[in-house]
Amino acid sequence: MAQAPVLEVQDLRTYFFTRTGVVKAVDGVSFSLLPGETLGIVGESGSGKSMTALSIMGLVPKPAGKTVGGKVLLEGEDLLQKSANEMQHIRGRKICMILQDPMTSLNPVYTVGNQLIETLRMRDEGLGRGLKERAVELLSKVKIASPENRMGNYPHQMSGGMRQRVVGAIAMAGSPKVLIADEATTSLDATIQYQYLMLLKEIQKETGLSIIFITHDFGIVAKMCDRVAVMYAGKMVELAPVRDLFNKPSHPYTEALMRSVPNVDEEVDKLYAIEGQPPALDKLPPGCPFAPRCPYAFERCLHEYPTPVTVGEGHYAHCWKLV
Amino acid sequence: MATVTSVATTASRAGWLRQLRSRSRRLKLPWVSISIVSVLVTCAAFANVLAPHDPVEINMLESRMSPAIISAFWGGEDANWSWNHPLGTDVMGRDMLSRLIYGARTSVFISLVALGTGMVAGTALGLMAGYRGGWVDALIMRIADAALGFPTILVAMIIVVLLGAGIQNIVLAVLLTVWARFARMIRGDVLSIKELDFITQAKIAGVSPFMIMARHIFPNIVNTLLVITSLQIGQVILLEASLSFLGLGLPPGEPAWGIMVAEGRTVIVDVWWLSLLPGLSITIVVLAFNFFGDWMRDTMDPKLRRA
Repeated sequence: MAQAPVLEVQDLRTYFFTRTGVVKAVDGVSFSLLPGETLGIVGESGSGKSMTALSIMGLVPKPAGKTVGGKVLLEGEDLLQKSANEMQHIRGRKICMILQDPMTSLNPVYTVGNQLIETLRMRDEGLGRGLKERAVELLSKVKIASPENRMGNYPHQMSGGMRQRVVGAIAMAGSPKVLIADEATTSLDATIQYQYLMLLKEIQKETGLSIIFITHDFGIVAKMCDRVAVMYAGKMVELAPVRDLFNKPSHPYTEALMRSVPNVDEEVDKLYAIEGQPPALDKLPPGCPFAPRCPYAFERCLHEYPTPVTVGEGHYAHCWKLV
Repeated sequence: MATVTSVATTASRAGWLRQLRSRSRRLKLPWVSISIVSVLVTCAAFANVLAPHDPVEINMLESRMSPAIISAFWGGEDANWSWNHPLGTDVMGRDMLSRLIYGARTSVFISLVALGTGMVAGTALGLMAGYRGGWVDALIMRIADAALGFPTILVAMIIVVLLGAGIQNIVLAVLLTVWARFARMIRGDVLSIKELDFITQAKIAGVSPFMIMARHIFPNIVNTLLVITSLQIGQVILLEASLSFLGLGLPPGEPAWGIMVAEGRTVIVDVWWLSLLPGLSITIVVLAFNFFGDWMRDTMDPKLRRA
């Protein structure tokens, strides 16, 4: 029953070399993604979620940023060893990404149809026929009403939700194996968000796409994901099947995060917040980065980063408390 | 269904006309500038048809005739003029009007060629510098700084000393400074545009850097490009005139405004119109282009556009 993972990330490290020092944006992240699976990556702002995604895509902002170590195996091939040209070919065809802000994700000077057709044309090298029909088909697949008419619209003539659908359609144009949705629904309102998530699920069921869902919304995680990775200060602190994460959060940070989510049924005077600030990524403590804020921290946590501890089936956490 | 569509089409066509009209009214087109520029361009394009005489034909019998349009009304008894030469003649008896018209051709030709090549080179280099960044950016921008640092006249003199006088060398001299202005402005625009999500999204879709520059960044900087171009035309014409005035361009005697001003300089006390007329032409044309450029900037630059 064990399937080969479509994407396997091993000990990925992306550092930024700045004047003030080395910022470890992604520091030893490992996970794998099975075909048709949805993996959530949660964590607060600046925890390295987006950088992990960009590292996988090979689009780390140059020249400051550099992926200095690890492996990104897509169907067994290491993307980090590919040349710029080869990566260009892989992006969009095998692995694609949806960004957060639909307002700036489309080129304002071209019509939506134009941008879709352009993507399709790029995908099949010369086979110029039926591009328009296929573009319309893609638009209707992402549930855009009267797609023929919408083809001639400019991005500014569409709402945020519609634009994000178009971005989704463009992403799907190359029928990728892996889709990374980087806070793809954060800027949409709640109803549209729900529709968009359902749409992604539907497409996933149809095509067997694997999705990496980057978010900081536990509601989305619960609804969308099969497994969840929790990131803190560039490190992956816990990886668990979604039920286990909610039922048995093992890392103190995950636990604290769960407590920070307000519950509708409970009445509280004050919302829970994690004490202190996340550490500056260029001045990471030698031990566990969460240690200074951790209520359970003891001597060992300050000096040594914990090795992964198996908590349950497919459930790992990096914490000395659990050893 | 069909009737509805056809009605809608006619309605929208009429609406389109009305929209254009109201839009042009709202835009407050700079009609004075536009008409001056049109006259200039017409003169340049049809100089051989419009000019009443050969601009280089010497006729000593008709030398130093004062402009008829003035002397016919305010000229004294002894004034020497003829309607045959509405703007008079120079010391060699060459018709001033014809020379001015052909001068327009020279100015427009040199300016267009220099500006065009400068625009293409500057845009390409600016795009590259802005998009690639790093050492490519540093290299191109340092060269641009150097190009802007040198006084153009000095550059032109060096070129003329090295390569000899001639149109192509004036073009070269102008080109050498103009490209840098384009490159700088374009680079600045590219720097801000390349950070936008749709560029990242294009990279994610696997678009090559060249195609990103050509298809995704370039259309977004066309506004800036038009504005710089229209602001530069005046400058370039002025520069061309200065270089011609210094004798760095066409050989003396050729019809070019700068040369004509220079030729009239020695006899400016008696034959004042020799320098005045081409000088006025330069002033008016440069002003017209500058006003047009200002208008372009005000209407096209979204940062200056008011609601």
